[in-house]
Amino acid sequence: MKIAVPADEKSLESGVCPSFGRAPYFLVYDTETKESEFIDNSAATSQGGAGVKAAQTIVDSKSSALLTPRCGENAAVAIKAANIKIYKTIEGSIMDNINALLEGKLSELEDIHPGFHGHQGGK
Amino acid sequence: MNIAVLSGKGGTGKTLVSVNLAAAAGKSTYIDCDVEEPNGHLFFKPQNVESKYVSVKIPLVDESLCNGCRKCVDFCKFNALAYVSSKVLLFDVMCHSCGGCSLLCPQKAISERDKSIGEIQRGISDDVTVVSGIMNTGEASGVPIIKGLLEYIPKSEEPTFIDCPPGSACIVMESIRDADYCVLVAEPTLFGVHNLNMVYNLVKLFGKPYGVVLNKCLEGYNPSEEFCIKNGINILGRIPFDNELGTLNSNALISVRESEKYRALFSSLLETIKKEVQA
Repeated sequence: MKIAVPADEKSLESGVCPSFGRAPYFLVYDTETKESEFIDNSAATSQGGAGVKAAQTIVDSKSSALLTPRCGENAAVAIKAANIKIYKTIEGSIMDNINALLEGKLSELEDIHPGFHGHQGGK
Repeated sequence: MNIAVLSGKGGTGKTLVSVNLAAAAGKSTYIDCDVEEPNGHLFFKPQNVESKYVSVKIPLVDESLCNGCRKCVDFCKFNALAYVSSKVLLFDVMCHSCGGCSLLCPQKAISERDKSIGEIQRGISDDVTVVSGIMNTGEASGVPIIKGLLEYIPKSEEPTFIDCPPGSACIVMESIRDADYCVLVAEPTLFGVHNLNMVYNLVKLFGKPYGVVLNKCLEGYNPSEEFCIKNGINILGRIPFDNELGTLNSNALISVRESEKYRALFSSLLETIKKEVQA
């Protein structure tokens, strides 16, 4: 199984990026081979619709799970259409979160926010 | 004679000025281009209102023709399309109706369909024809509604007052497109000067003749007045920061129709503007 996580840095020991759509990288971790690959998020510099474009990257990575602190509704629609489960991350590094998922300690992300779309700050 | 009323931010007095100028002009047209929150109609309370929907084109994908090449997804600069589980997903609030995807699709799998984004209401208030644009919540751009609104500018010489959205973005540029003259409304604060400067630069860029109305004038130093003097900008008139005017406005009354003092003030402002337009 492949697991995708938004990352601020190309390191398993770094923290999870607080933004999904505008994360600089995505880690794609393969639980069978234990291989990790960091892919550039081409959506990070989009003028608008970063969430959808980032979701496309996750879909194309053939991941089965996305671990993220939050996710906008458009991105969530695209990710769920690909049957990828979205889990809410906890404190700790990317690797801590992957381990938590494998131990069944992460719960599914329920508070999908309506998106920021340029102007509205906050939730 | 098309007069656009602008300001760099909301709450400066665009609606106060444009509604009262239209009321002072008698037979005229008032067009509310602030489609995100039109409020001129609250003052005019127009009768015999007719409405019509405004729609834009969005893509419609024929899944039986799509071969999953993703040219449409890669092309869409607004990221309104995704390709998931062998299907094109459309996020229509992100679509800017450029039509690119349908032109580009090698399989001719994409056609276009109409999507309503808002409406235009037209009614009458005494001698004033009141036209308001209303955009549905969540839509990306009000420009198509503005285009529809500007079609209501009468062919005759009858004066038309265009109440613009705040700021100086695309939607304002579209609103002043057909304007013969731009009235910039400014507040007497440093923040007001900053906002005045935004629309001042915009009207200069568009080569439109313009002048400033100083609103909420108090005794003493007015930074917006100083800005006008420094830049040689014509000051068309001054509206006082006045309890009577504030009370009328807060009760959604048109000052020109209620108060002799304000009928005189806005009639005089209208005459000044008319002379400027003809100059």
